[in-house]
Amino acid sequence: MRVGLFIPCYMDAFEHEAGVATLELLERLGCDVEYPVDQTCCGQPMTNTGCHQDAAAAEALFVKNFAGYDYVVAPSGSCVHQVRVNLTAIEQTAEVRAVRERTFELTEFLHDILKASEFPWAHFPHKVGIHYNCNSLRGINLASPSEIRAPFLSKPKALLEKVSGIEFVEPARWDECCGFGGTFSVFEPAVSVKMGQDKIAAHSRAGAEYIVSADSSCLLHQKGCARHIGNPIKVMHIARILNGVSA
Amino acid sequence: MSGTNSTTEYASRVLHPEVIGDHFEGARDAEGHPLVHAEGTSKPIRERSTHEPQPRGARDRGNRPVDQVEASERFLAATEHEKAHDERLWDMRLRRDKVAHALPEWEDMRSLASQIKEHSLTHLDRYLEQFEAAAKANGVTVHWAADGAEHNRIVHDILKSRNARTLIKSKSMLTDECGFRAYMAGVGIEVVETDLGERIQQLDHEEPSHIIGPAIHKTRADVAEVFARTLGSDPDDDDILHLAHVQRETTRPLILKADAGMTGCNFAVAETGTVVVCTNEGNADLSANTPPLHIASIGIEKIIPRFEHLAVFLRLLARNAIGTPMTQYTSHFRAPRVGGELHYVIVDNGRSERLGLKEFWTSLKCIRCGACMNTCPVYRRSGGLSYGATYPGPIGIILDPTINRRKYSSLPFSSTLNGSCTNVCPVRINIHEQIFAWRKVMSEEHRLPFVKAEMMKVLGYVLARPALYRAALESADEALRLLPHFIVANPLNTWTDKGRDMPETPTQTFHSWWRQNRGRARNTP
Repeated sequence: MRVGLFIPCYMDAFEHEAGVATLELLERLGCDVEYPVDQTCCGQPMTNTGCHQDAAAAEALFVKNFAGYDYVVAPSGSCVHQVRVNLTAIEQTAEVRAVRERTFELTEFLHDILKASEFPWAHFPHKVGIHYNCNSLRGINLASPSEIRAPFLSKPKALLEKVSGIEFVEPARWDECCGFGGTFSVFEPAVSVKMGQDKIAAHSRAGAEYIVSADSSCLLHQKGCARHIGNPIKVMHIARILNGVSA
Repeated sequence: MSGTNSTTEYASRVLHPEVIGDHFEGARDAEGHPLVHAEGTSKPIRERSTHEPQPRGARDRGNRPVDQVEASERFLAATEHEKAHDERLWDMRLRRDKVAHALPEWEDMRSLASQIKEHSLTHLDRYLEQFEAAAKANGVTVHWAADGAEHNRIVHDILKSRNARTLIKSKSMLTDECGFRAYMAGVGIEVVETDLGERIQQLDHEEPSHIIGPAIHKTRADVAEVFARTLGSDPDDDDILHLAHVQRETTRPLILKADAGMTGCNFAVAETGTVVVCTNEGNADLSANTPPLHIASIGIEKIIPRFEHLAVFLRLLARNAIGTPMTQYTSHFRAPRVGGELHYVIVDNGRSERLGLKEFWTSLKCIRCGACMNTCPVYRRSGGLSYGATYPGPIGIILDPTINRRKYSSLPFSSTLNGSCTNVCPVRINIHEQIFAWRKVMSEEHRLPFVKAEMMKVLGYVLARPALYRAALESADEALRLLPHFIVANPLNTWTDKGRDMPETPTQTFHSWWRQNRGRARNTP
C-alpha cells in the first residue's frame, strides 16, 4: 500500500515530532510511505477567507504532489476536510477527484482502512482530555458531536483506548470550538483567545495533564493561551501517543 | 498582559470557579415541589454585587461595514456580563439537548420540518394565495407590503383611520426589521412592547440582542438601573421577581387603555388562514384580545400548508429554543372577535429576492428559535448587539447581507465555521456552509478589507511555489520561523497582543528532518 504523507504547514513548522510519529506509525502498520518534498499547503487559509481563486495554485500543486498514491494520509482533520470538501477552485478532473477521494485523516485511516486494533509499543500513563477539531468532528465525522441524537462514537478515542496506562477525563463542553478557526485567530483575536482560555480551563478543571488532539493547529493556539496565563497543562498530537512517545 | 501581576489578574478572571452552586437541584415552589418549567430547571447565575456597566453594542458607522470585532472586545472586557451571558445561553443549549434527545424521533422531525419548509417555499405563491383566500373568508382584512416602509405605512393608515393613538404589541422580529417603532414615534403613535425583554430594550433604546431573549445580555442590575431611570423604581432592588412586578404594574394600565394591538406570527397556516403566535408570557393574547383592533405582521416565509404540519413545528420550536416541551402559550388567531377587527399585513421585505439566491434561499426556512445563537461560541462571548444588525448570531450572519450587502459584509468573518449552529438547527439550514459561501461572495465582490485581501494574495502566491515557501519558512530570521506565513505576514501582530504566547522556536521542520533522515535514500528526485 503506497501512502503519500501530507504534513500540514503548522506541523511542519512547529511540531515535526508529530510528523515523524505519523510516518513511523504508518510504517509500523505496514504502509509504504512517501513524503513528496514539494508539498506546501492544502489551500485552506485562502479558501476559508473566501479567496478561492488565491487558493487555486496551491490546490493544483497539492494534486500534482499527491496524484497516483493508493492513499493520501494527513495528521490533520482540518486539512483533510479542506481537500475532501472544499478543494474546488480548480477544474475537477478525474485526477483531482481521485486525490480528493483518497485523502484520509490519520485516525480515520487507522480506524477505518487499516483497522488497527493494537499499539503494543504505546504506553502513556497520564490523564488526557481529548480535543476535537471542529472540521474533524462536524465535517468529516471523526466523532459524533453533542448536538446530534446518535450513539456516541469517537475514532480517536477508540484508538487511544488501546494504549496502556492512559486515563481519560471529561472536560465540560467537550466539543465546543477552541477558537482557533484559522484566520479567525488573527482577525478576531480577542474572542479567539477567550475561547482558548475557556477551553484549557475546562480541561484543567477536569484534571487533564494533557490535551490530546488529531489536529496540531488547535493545539498550537491552546498552548499559546495556556502559556500566557501560566497554566502548566501540556498538549500533544495523538500520533505521538499512538507511536509510543514516552512523556 | 505578560507581567506577573496582570497575568494573575487575568487568570482570576478567566479561570473562574464554576458559577453553578455545588448542590443545586432545581428551584422549588412554596410547598417544596420541584418546578419543572424552563426557569425552574435553569441553573442560577451568580452575579457579583458590584455593578459593572453594561457593554453597549456595535458603534453606528452608517452604511460602512459593522465593526463586530471592536464591539466584541468591549463585551469581553465587561467580564461579569460576558460570563453571565455565556453561562446562561450555554445552559439553554444543555436544556435543549436534554429534551430534544429524549425523543427518539428527534432527528427525523428535523428532516420532516425541513422538507415541509422547502416544499412551502418552493410553492409559496400558491400557499400565500390560499392563505389570503381563507383569511378573507374568515373575515380578516389582508394587506400586502413589498417592504418595511410599506408595512409601516399600512399599519399607520389602519391606525389613523380609526383614530388610534396607542398601540400595544408582542414581540416580532419582522417589526424590528421594518424599523417599526422608530417610524411610529415619528408619526406620534405610542407603541408599548408587552414582552418583558422587548420592553426592557424599548425603555433602554436598544435593539433586541437575541431573537427570543431580547435583553439576555443584561444583568438584573442593568435592568434595575433601566427601570429606575425610566419607570422610577428603586435602583438598588434588583430582585428578579420585583423587577418583573415593576414591568407588569407599569405595563398593564397601558394595555388596558390601548387603542390597538399588534402581534407577529410564528406560523401562518394556508389551509385555514390561521396565524399562530407562541409566547411564554401570554402577552400576545393580551395584545391581540384587549383592544378591539388586532394587526398581525407576517413574513411571507411563515407559511405552512396544512394544520397538521403545525404539530411538527410546535414540537420542535420550544424544545430547541429553551428546552421545554411547549411554549407556555400557543395562540391561534383565525377570525376577528365579535365587534372587533383583525388585519393581516403580509410582508416581503427582501424575502422574494432571497428566495432566488441559489446558495442562500434555504435560510428562509428559519423558524426563529434562536438555538444557533445559544450554541455559537462566538455569539456567547461577544453579545448579540455586537453584530449591529436586527438578526445577530449565525442566522443573522446569513440573513443580514441580503438586507444590506455592504454594511454586513464583515459579519461572515465573525465565525470559526465550527458547524454547531447547523447541527442544532431544527429545520436543517446548513448555516455554517452558508457563512462560508458568503465569505466567497464578499471576496468576489471586493468587499474584504485591503489588508486581508492582500495577505491572501501573497499567501496564495507563496504556497504555490515550494522553493519560495521553504525559503520563507527555513532561511529567514528567527522571527519568521516562529509562525506560518499568514500569521507572520499579519501586520497587526494579533497573535500575541490579546493574551496568547508565541510557540517555542522549533528545533527543525519536518521537511528538514526528512531530508536528513530519509531524503537521500528514498524518493528525492
